[in-house]
Amino acid sequence: MLYEAARISFTPNGTLFCAGAWTLDHLAELERQILTLPKTTVGHIDFEVGAIDALDTSGAWLLQRTLKQFEGDGCTISLKGLSNDFATLMQTVAHNWTQTEQLQPLQPTGWMARVGQFAWSYVVNVRKGLAFVGETATVSFSLLTHANRIRWRVLLYNLQVDGLNALPIVGLLSFLMGIVIAYQGAEQLKTFGANIFIVDLVGIALLREIAPLITAILVAGRSGSAYAAQIGAMTVTEELDALRALGISPTSLLVVPRALALVIALPLLTVFANAVGVFGGMLIALIQLGVTFSEFLNRFEYAIVLRHYLIGIGKTPVFAVIIALVGCYQGFQVSGGVDSVGRHTTISVVQAIFLVIVTDAFFSILFNWWGV
Amino acid sequence: MNADAKLNHPRTRLIEVNHIQTRFGAAVVHEDVSLAIDKGEVFAIAGGNGCGKSVLMREMILLQQPTGGEIKIFGQNIKSMNEADIAALRRRCGVLFQHGALFSSLNVIDNVAVPLREHTSLSKQLIEELSLLKIASTGFPMASVTKYPNELSGGMRRRAALARAMALDPELLFLDEPTSGLDPISAGGFDELTQQLREWFHLTIVIITHDLDSLWRIADRVAVLGNGKVLGIGTMSELATSMDPLIHEYFYGPRGRAAREQAWNRK
Repeated sequence: MLYEAARISFTPNGTLFCAGAWTLDHLAELERQILTLPKTTVGHIDFEVGAIDALDTSGAWLLQRTLKQFEGDGCTISLKGLSNDFATLMQTVAHNWTQTEQLQPLQPTGWMARVGQFAWSYVVNVRKGLAFVGETATVSFSLLTHANRIRWRVLLYNLQVDGLNALPIVGLLSFLMGIVIAYQGAEQLKTFGANIFIVDLVGIALLREIAPLITAILVAGRSGSAYAAQIGAMTVTEELDALRALGISPTSLLVVPRALALVIALPLLTVFANAVGVFGGMLIALIQLGVTFSEFLNRFEYAIVLRHYLIGIGKTPVFAVIIALVGCYQGFQVSGGVDSVGRHTTISVVQAIFLVIVTDAFFSILFNWWGV
Repeated sequence: MNADAKLNHPRTRLIEVNHIQTRFGAAVVHEDVSLAIDKGEVFAIAGGNGCGKSVLMREMILLQQPTGGEIKIFGQNIKSMNEADIAALRRRCGVLFQHGALFSSLNVIDNVAVPLREHTSLSKQLIEELSLLKIASTGFPMASVTKYPNELSGGMRRRAALARAMALDPELLFLDEPTSGLDPISAGGFDELTQQLREWFHLTIVIITHDLDSLWRIADRVAVLGNGKVLGIGTMSELATSMDPLIHEYFYGPRGRAAREQAWNRK
């Protein structure tokens, strides 16, 4: 900072003159100057370095590297005016550099190998996933026969966090979904004068498909990600290993109560979503189509068969198991550092939502076959 | 560097800590701590767990504000510093955190290259070469430079973190318990490395430790903290004759005695 800027240039008589502070602050400038130096391939070059007034390891390395460059081009070099202090530093740097030369450049993997590794990683993942599902299933069954071993406290805690605390957001979203569906339907039905059929539209769509799906997606984003992050962080801090070492199965302490809690909470949340969503639809029916609440409810009782409601609710425990297992599984897959937690949390949400929608489609086809 | 050699050079104060107080709510960490660190020395801050060693270091590197008192670094009061001063100061200091604090998403080379990429406009190749050079100077095994932090052993992680702390050629190096959690051989190796780096690069090193072997081997002067105060400052031999009961316990407990005897034998 107190020194003048660093420079390197050829003097008219052919010596390379280096001056100023060869420190990290000035290194970028020096590097540019070195690039513009004319190429010499023969002869002898004197490096006049007596005017360098500060040198740190980075500067020493750059000087060393420049020397090597000229030597590599076929010149002979002599350093002039190097002070004792700087000479030791140069030696140190040269000594350290010899160690980096042991470093072998990495062989890039061929595309065939990469495809193979990619495919194999999927196979391994599927196998691990199945093993996880199997383990959870066996632990769950053994817990069902020994109900006193279920961790009730954890279960109740998760019921509160994942069920009760989700009520406001689930309510708001399904209310809005009810409004949206009713609005879209109202436009069409008005043209036919078939206003009262808004009840069928809102009722069936919400009860059978929209409410269970919206709730499941919301819970996947809210609780599934939390499971992955919690368990993942526990993996990083070795808490899972501590549990195992204490003879406590992480599956029975962490996975089963969470899965059970979701299996209980998701259907209940869906019932709530149904009610609030239909209420949203009723409001729009009243405002847009003049269908009063009592007309709406009368028609509702008559038009919406119980099975739509049961089918909608019946799907949710399956969704719950998917969300809980995917979240916990991704948590267990975390290895190493913190960035892994983030990655697996993202994967857990994407996979859970994907699987929920795929399963829902599968159910639709199935019910269609059965004619329900 | 012994005391005689120092007399030939005028001492330059790099860090002055004057009457620092630190409180967290009702808990008092520092009641009244004062010390001064000279250029070129290895200054150790010792003391039992929870005596505020790490807090003091965090205050020196501006990660935390003391409740009262003043700290001067490179002759400048940290309270009167603006953003630019702080940035400049940070470039002159390297910090090795207790557990390395390597960025887990980056491999070793990239970890060391972070400060260079951030603060210089050097070419990619030069940055890589400089990073490798720093890594080599810490004795980190070259075959592992492309590994990620979670694949490294504790000792390797410490060395990689040291390489990152050294990336910007700091004048002042802070080491927070560099040998804690290392086996005796690795800890000894790290002590040697510290000494070597100091000789090579003329560093001033502030080292927080309660490793008595390290204290005997590498520290020029030691400040012992306890009860929120500095119980004593001086060379290890001076402190070993101190009458303060806490220091006495520190040095003459079973482990202290063993370390001292070993140090005498070495001399």
